[in-house]
Amino acid sequence: MNNIVFGQYYPSGSVVHRLDPRVKLVMVLLYIISVFFVVDYAMYGALFLFVIAVALMSKVPLRVLFRTVRTIVVLVLITAIINLFFTQGDEMLFSWKFIHIYKEGVERAIKLALRLILLMLFPSLLTLTTTPMELTDAIESLLSPLKLIKVPVHAIALIMSIALRMIPILMEETNKIILAQKARGADFDTGGALKKAKAMIPVLVPLFVGAFRRADELALAMDARCYSSVATRTKYKVMHLALRDLVASLFCMAVFALVFLNKYLWPFDEMILSLWR
Amino acid sequence: MSIEVKDLTYTYSPKTPYAATALKGVSLHIEEGEYVGIIGKTGSGKSTFIQHLNALIRLQSGEIKVYDIDLNAKKPDLKKLRGTVGMVMQYPEYQLFDETVEKDVAYGPRNIGLSEGEIKERVREAIELVGLDFEEIRDRSPFELSGGQKRRVAIAGVIAMRPRVLVLDEPIAGLDPKGKQEILALVKKLKNAFSPTVIVVSHDMDSVAENCDKVALFADGEIARFASPREVFYDDELLARTEMDCPSVVKVVKELDKLGVSLPTRPVTKSELVAALTKGGRDE
Repeated sequence: MNNIVFGQYYPSGSVVHRLDPRVKLVMVLLYIISVFFVVDYAMYGALFLFVIAVALMSKVPLRVLFRTVRTIVVLVLITAIINLFFTQGDEMLFSWKFIHIYKEGVERAIKLALRLILLMLFPSLLTLTTTPMELTDAIESLLSPLKLIKVPVHAIALIMSIALRMIPILMEETNKIILAQKARGADFDTGGALKKAKAMIPVLVPLFVGAFRRADELALAMDARCYSSVATRTKYKVMHLALRDLVASLFCMAVFALVFLNKYLWPFDEMILSLWR
Repeated sequence: MSIEVKDLTYTYSPKTPYAATALKGVSLHIEEGEYVGIIGKTGSGKSTFIQHLNALIRLQSGEIKVYDIDLNAKKPDLKKLRGTVGMVMQYPEYQLFDETVEKDVAYGPRNIGLSEGEIKERVREAIELVGLDFEEIRDRSPFELSGGQKRRVAIAGVIAMRPRVLVLDEPIAGLDPKGKQEILALVKKLKNAFSPTVIVVSHDMDSVAENCDKVALFADGEIARFASPREVFYDDELLARTEMDCPSVVKVVKELDKLGVSLPTRPVTKSELVAALTKGGRDE
């Protein structure tokens, strides 16, 4: 079977892929915070350009990136519609029986939709350019100060990485079992919900048995190699900050700074409108 | 003719960065009654090929016909196909799931829509054929059996469908020598009982040489040679090119050759070797 890294990792070896995962993670967190401070349409546009610029640098096709938005289309629509109908304001645009649509409602609906899409895009870019293992390492590294207050950061990271490592193995195993049961005439595609759920039993039972067997084997193998979670250990892949990480951080922070400047000092939309007039 | 494959090509995850071509224009005829061995190194396309025979993989391009079932048809009769081609996967014991051995073996026959009476009869027959005591084992949980017993129960689950073609993917992997011999003897018995055509994927050259009428040697998604074991295992150039080993009987013959002992025949099985030696092949 083909060996696919779990998740949506899109390998292209670009400079974005090679950035330190810790930098990427922190930048995504800052980005998420920033998005909530965006007020102007112009700033929304600027952030879209920023995301697209990073996507182009990462060599992930825009088609692949925007596909991730599909998963939240329903959420975006519902949020937009609710805000459209239930926001009250001063300027009535449309009124029919109990439905009143205000200018503020339209504006809020559009901005919330834009905000949700922006919130989806950039973090997707993180998972498209970073393997789950790199992310786990980054989280462990970033959480390591918590060791001072006796949080078992290493154990948490280990659990996460084993879980991540097991996902593709279990998926492969699931595929194999599905094939084996199909070869025995199993039918997973027809019938109602109950029949379909019942048809999964011959897959789930061997899968669970296999998962426990594997967990047992892994624990034994780790024990055999004297694994201890309290020992100080070194890493196979040591993360180093490089110049590109500094450049990337400065670039991102400049964009995020713009968001705050826009909110508190420079109202872009008004500036553009005044120029236009 | 029981199986006819023409120009089969298959690519995993096409149109993605993970795209990998597993089969490139494979064609093969298998006659009813043949015992075919499929060999080739890991990743040569053996498993992908046999999974096509049972429509576990959707045809991308090429043609496959199994008896009168045409897999190129818009809606091939999959139930009939899966009753016709019995597929024993690698480590089949990992597919057991039901509470009792009897229920587990009945899973396949039930899926292809047989009557309860027929199912009961076939389950008993299959369990007895694989050499287990039906009355003793029927109500036991498949999970409490030994490794060898589990594999037998899993094989019984496939043959209870009375397939005309039996496909086995590395049936003797991970077994001890006695277990291997038992499974190989079982396959022979099944071939005589009701699956005249047998296709075995194996890395064990000795068992292939010993049992198969024909060998299909896969290399890089193509069939490098489809011929008798004698033709394949005495072709040094072919074996070197496809990184295959020859069976121990052929190794013995080659060692004898180095010592100046040439045999009148080219044996591939142990009994052929013994015959060649005892019929005086000592030309100095």
